[in-house]
Amino acid sequence: MKPFHLLFATIASLFSLFLLPSCKSGGGDTIKVGEFASLTGKEATFGTSSHEGTLLAIEQVNAAGGVLGKKIELLTEDDQTKAGEPANAVNKLISKDGVVAILGEVASSRSLEAAPICQQNKIPMISPASTNPTVTQEGDYIFRVCFNDTFQGGALANFASGTLKAKKVAILTDVKSDYSKGLAKSFKDKFSTSGGTVGIELDFNGGDKDFKGQLTAIKSDAPDAIFLPGYYNDVALICIQAKQLGLATPIFGGDGWESESLLTIGKDAVEGHYFSTHCSIEQPTPEMSAFVDAYKKRFNGKSPDAMAVLGYDSAMVLVDAIKRANTTESAALRAAIAATKDFSGASGKFSLNADRDAVKALVFIQIKGGKFTYNATVNP
Amino acid sequence: MDWFLQQTINGLGLGAIYALIALGYTMVYGVLRFINFAHSDVLMLGAFTAFYIAPKIEKLLGSQSALACIMVFIVAAALCACLGMLIEKLAYRPLRNRPKLTVLITAIGVSLLIEFTAQNEKVFGAAPQPFPQLLPERAIHLGNLVISSNDVLTVGVTIVLLVAMWFIVQKTRVGTAMRAVSYNQQAASLMGVPVDRIISFTFGLGSALAAIAGILYAIKAPGIEPLMGVQPGLRAFVAAVLGGIGNLPGAVLGGVLLGLLETFAGGIPELSNYRDAIAFGILILILLLKPAGLLGRSSVEKV
Repeated sequence: MKPFHLLFATIASLFSLFLLPSCKSGGGDTIKVGEFASLTGKEATFGTSSHEGTLLAIEQVNAAGGVLGKKIELLTEDDQTKAGEPANAVNKLISKDGVVAILGEVASSRSLEAAPICQQNKIPMISPASTNPTVTQEGDYIFRVCFNDTFQGGALANFASGTLKAKKVAILTDVKSDYSKGLAKSFKDKFSTSGGTVGIELDFNGGDKDFKGQLTAIKSDAPDAIFLPGYYNDVALICIQAKQLGLATPIFGGDGWESESLLTIGKDAVEGHYFSTHCSIEQPTPEMSAFVDAYKKRFNGKSPDAMAVLGYDSAMVLVDAIKRANTTESAALRAAIAATKDFSGASGKFSLNADRDAVKALVFIQIKGGKFTYNATVNP
Repeated sequence: MDWFLQQTINGLGLGAIYALIALGYTMVYGVLRFINFAHSDVLMLGAFTAFYIAPKIEKLLGSQSALACIMVFIVAAALCACLGMLIEKLAYRPLRNRPKLTVLITAIGVSLLIEFTAQNEKVFGAAPQPFPQLLPERAIHLGNLVISSNDVLTVGVTIVLLVAMWFIVQKTRVGTAMRAVSYNQQAASLMGVPVDRIISFTFGLGSALAAIAGILYAIKAPGIEPLMGVQPGLRAFVAAVLGGIGNLPGAVLGGVLLGLLETFAGGIPELSNYRDAIAFGILILILLLKPAGLLGRSSVEKV
């Protein structure tokens, strides 16, 4: 029996290790802000990046004396990249911790899960990077500091016919992700109305490791380019297997591609391919360079990606709104966030429109020499 | 025709990996009548072991050499075999005489413990890691067909290991003892078969198979992360049931069949969305018609 008890003791102590940091109570003299992110699981680099950006923003605000004379306390919940977890996380943050606002998530599927709960409780939610149009349609308490996929899909369609000179494009969609399906749809609408032909359309399940079935079918369809609105981990493997099958067609996708993992895993197989994203850390604005320096200093020289920039901006937009509202009362705070105009974020200058989406430019990145290199900017 | 042959090749490459994982499931089930859910996590640990030891071994034996590659396989398999035996000793042995359900739930617990410990930043971290290329990869062109050297390797390793497992179980003393334990644990123990040692050996063997499958899987899809075992593990479990759980050739047959089904469904528009549903639907059909699986023999419980 003894070893078994030992195992239990280990499990129990591990659990308490994980639970302790989130249990500390803040007292009444802080402003509690909730955050949910995919810190573990399949899309962990997204959650880790956006969390680090958010954390940096809150630390900077607190170091400068906080807001309304109080420090901000950031309560972070990990949703493990799992469906069902965001609802638990947000419910806990709202009802148990009593946060004044929620920041998160990167992936649209998980933001869509949390949004109705925030709307119902009238707690403002700001998503850093969920681009599916339906996210902010959940209600007037839901905001995002990025563009939506109607804009991104349109820009990608113009890119396919303009820069890539593609007449026929095959589409490979992740059926598990609202982001992927939404982006595929807006791309298809724009591309087919502007004279392009959509070739074979196939699906995969995010997390699959074998895509040769789909890629072989795409190869026999012989498109000029492949549109792949997926997340980085799947994209890297798809590019590798496309190369193995001798498929030399250019592949392009959206902001879900951006992660260092795409380069470290995809290596030469992702070379030459393109994607659109929110900003480039090479952007020569003072806000961006200040952010990049601060981030590198805080996180041991690690260079930030777009999700980190947007995580930072989401927190800064919230802090700015709390300042302007001069209260954390939910209706006033909501109105202040909605009134965000010409905000100088790290990702660029942007305003929130009537649909609570940020109106901002999009950049195209090409993978060249094992690096993300800036290719072009598209203004809204 | 090209399309059909190419998909068959793709399906075989995938199916061979499922088959290898299914072999491990089926071995443990055959002896203990219990599904070791931590099997898919041992697979992940096998891939991570190779990830950490490969650079060291390649430094000694030359990078991307066949000898270094074989050594990586052997060392990772040996380490995972020890780990599998350790898991059995700590988590399952104390429950040997408890109801089967207790052991099953413990197996799920062990699986989750490994997965979430591994996701801690101080262990492996949750982000996918780039798996090194152990052998130079070549594409073999046959007319319009492309065969990856990795797929050839996978199929070869699976066939060799199936034969080896069959030989161990059917022709050696240990194998005879394994079959005796599988048939009746108490009677085997009365006949002087060291039941604990035999079960330990079975776990070691199963875990070594998982480690090898994990490395082959990582070569195929070189982004390894702590949850990489979950999906292939589930499919391999299904493959083992499909072929007749407890039956070694059945596991391989089930794995290959599942790989082929998934690949073909994946390449057809309209159907690619449902590739798992199709594969699992066919599984249900087969089990309705042959409840013991394709090669399984239905046994009558004697009172």
